[in-house]
Amino acid sequence: MSRQRDDYENSWWRKFKGWVDGEVDLLAEGMEIRAPQMQEEGKTDKPSAPLLPSGTAENPLRETQPTDGQLPKIAEERRGIRWLRRFYQVMSVFLCLSIIFVLLWTVAYLPAFGNAGNPDNNEVSARYIERGVQETGAINIVTGMILDYRAFDTFGESCVLFIASCCVLVLLRIDITESGGRAGKRLAESNDRLFEPKDDVILQKCACILVPLILVFGIYIVLNGHLSPGGGFSGGAVLGSGLIFYLNAFGFRKTERFFTEKVYRRITLCALTFYCLAKSYSFFTGANHLKSGIPLGTPGAIISSGLILPLNICVGLVVACTMYAFYALFRKGGM
Amino acid sequence: MSFVQNFPFFSIIIAMFSGIISSVLDGKRARNLCLSVIVLTTGMSLAVLHFCVRTGQSYTYMMGHFPAPWGNEIRAGILEGLTAVLFGLVMFFSVTGGMDHTAVDVETSKQNLFYIMIDLMLSSLLALIYTNDLFTAYVFVEINTIAGCGLIMIRQIGRSLSSAIRYMIMSQLGSGLFLIGLSLLYDVTGHLLMSPAREAVAGIEAAGLYQVPMLVIMAVVSVGLAIKSGLYPFHYWIPDTYGYATPTASAVLSGLVSKGYIFLLIKIFYRVLGRENVIASEIVNVLFVFGLAGMLMGSVHAILERDTRRMIAYSSVAQIGYIYMGIGLGTQAGMVAAIFHMFTHSATKALLFISAVGLYEVSGNRKDFRSLQGSGYRNPLAGIGFTVGSLSMVGFPMLSGFISKLLFATSALQSPHKMLPTVIALAISTILNAVYFLRLVITLYTIPGDSPENKEKELANKEKAPEKRPVLTAGTWKLPLAIISFILLNLTLGLYSQPVVAWIGSGLAMFD
Repeated sequence: MSRQRDDYENSWWRKFKGWVDGEVDLLAEGMEIRAPQMQEEGKTDKPSAPLLPSGTAENPLRETQPTDGQLPKIAEERRGIRWLRRFYQVMSVFLCLSIIFVLLWTVAYLPAFGNAGNPDNNEVSARYIERGVQETGAINIVTGMILDYRAFDTFGESCVLFIASCCVLVLLRIDITESGGRAGKRLAESNDRLFEPKDDVILQKCACILVPLILVFGIYIVLNGHLSPGGGFSGGAVLGSGLIFYLNAFGFRKTERFFTEKVYRRITLCALTFYCLAKSYSFFTGANHLKSGIPLGTPGAIISSGLILPLNICVGLVVACTMYAFYALFRKGGM
Repeated sequence: MSFVQNFPFFSIIIAMFSGIISSVLDGKRARNLCLSVIVLTTGMSLAVLHFCVRTGQSYTYMMGHFPAPWGNEIRAGILEGLTAVLFGLVMFFSVTGGMDHTAVDVETSKQNLFYIMIDLMLSSLLALIYTNDLFTAYVFVEINTIAGCGLIMIRQIGRSLSSAIRYMIMSQLGSGLFLIGLSLLYDVTGHLLMSPAREAVAGIEAAGLYQVPMLVIMAVVSVGLAIKSGLYPFHYWIPDTYGYATPTASAVLSGLVSKGYIFLLIKIFYRVLGRENVIASEIVNVLFVFGLAGMLMGSVHAILERDTRRMIAYSSVAQIGYIYMGIGLGTQAGMVAAIFHMFTHSATKALLFISAVGLYEVSGNRKDFRSLQGSGYRNPLAGIGFTVGSLSMVGFPMLSGFISKLLFATSALQSPHKMLPTVIALAISTILNAVYFLRLVITLYTIPGDSPENKEKELANKEKAPEKRPVLTAGTWKLPLAIISFILLNLTLGLYSQPVVAWIGSGLAMFD
């Protein structure tokens, strides 16, 4: 005959069943430091939602009003957390030092720098140096390498820029059409133009002199990418900084006359599309052993080296627009 | 050269181009473009797979007018084609299944940005699969990382932003280590393309030169890619990342992104560093130990978790541990098992995330166990999908999880020193898997009790958490389609595993 249990509530089976049903919190007695409203947190849109893990760990401790019985326990937990944090700090310093040590130790075993017999002085660099001008038409070997020999990697790099600017757009662009007053509030918060000095004469005069010089210099670097040090990436960065300078001196109202988000999108789209199509053509013909039919011209002339010049212009446009867009997005969440 | 051989190049370029075009399209057009591109690239990968199986050999494809050690190159073989096909399928169904949620979770004017991220993610995954060049691999690892960050933070709530930051830091740490490894490798070999680098490494090993740098290169590359794929001690970013992103993003990140890095690691092991060198350097043993730890600790964390979505995320930690354990066995059979489990996990975890979303929909968007009680009756198809996914993860016969566990167990028998720990860890981990997955399945099919106490609690719950996000209209065709297709994919991998395993074997043979 089965025995009736009096303490069913405390039996193992009852505990197991309760756990399966999600009634019992295994960690209720232990060190559960996560806030109880965790589940809802995922849905709240409050900007005050804790951004740091340490914040989530501490908030419940700070906010709850401890009764007398809980006080020693809480103090103990706090001490534990402080101790853990100190432990993490010490360990991270130790880890960094050991990684530095291992890497330095490795460097000691690497081939000596600048030695003629090093493994990287092989047939690869020999051909780049000896036949680079003849095969790519670019006097600047580096440009010939990144835009002709290894153009696929460079296309990937410009897509890295593109997707980085998309991520910044996701994060910072403020939508006017967004529902509720949230957009308006965010717009007002990030609109710092109200507080800045307007029409600063010294800045504007300097800009009048410097901006044309900077822009011309940027264009020069882009266009001479295949002839002298420079190219799309560096020239684009110079162009972008010139635009940012102009923006700082004269404000958004002036720049919005010629540079809005629409213009930005069109330029990026056209440049990347051209890059993509041109390079696809050259990859396709190369892989299928067809002649590309693009003349290389005389090395040294401004119009030479086949696709490298237009590709440099594309890269330069993308870089300049991306830099300007980053700045504008950080300033006011739009262009 | 036959026209099919162009397809790997076409699929990478088309995916990138669609991302670029999407920047001027509106959300709906970008979405349709994205879906059609995924279908197109998957079809192309299928053709590549067919071509390679028919001819029985792999081929390299010159990207431009310059041959191997000077220009870029991509390479396609059976394993590449197979992986690309499976990734394409999982990507397509993840995007379809989470489409309605994407429309709600992401602001209207940022919809196209979401699909740009998906397009570029696809292109980078394809490039990681097909690449034959170490630096191309690094560039596309970067694209992959940034796209992953974008996919996480596009939901724009506190938790997803903080998890995106955490993901970015950990991922960048991994990329940095990988880049250091590549530069060291270039310094000692002088090559960036895989095949010439392989020859140079063989020469170095034969002459006994640069032993310390080679060891550090292997360690740094393995650890870097292990951090990026979330191996156990570096798993801290996983639960938040997968737990708070949109459903599509969770499915894609857990199902595909981490697998892309693992595939790259396997490719580098085979095609650059040399499998026998890696085994001799004992790096595989480190991966083996971390894998075992991940299998157990991931499951323990999953059992302790109360939020079901984070529970599924912690289960990923355990499954990544399985894959690294297979790599760590250091045998051909172990590698085959690891790759098969990679496929299993991407099909199954995406199924779990997508069908869990169907269950949350009918439970007031709450993710704790109590609210999910009985949701298997409220959304039968999602319940079935979740049950199938759970059973597959536990290793139920007929489903793909069973085959991968079987492969792991048989491959463990072939390596005498690692047999015992592997088999014991497999057994314990399977039991732990069963504990947390079947607990949730039981919860799904438990009708909440009618006791007055329960009713009161429910009432209180309802008052406490009013619906904040717009409710989805249930009954669209997309979620059911995705769930059914994922179930079919799982059954296919489980029932017709023989050809897949044979293809993996011959694909690995082509790597050498």
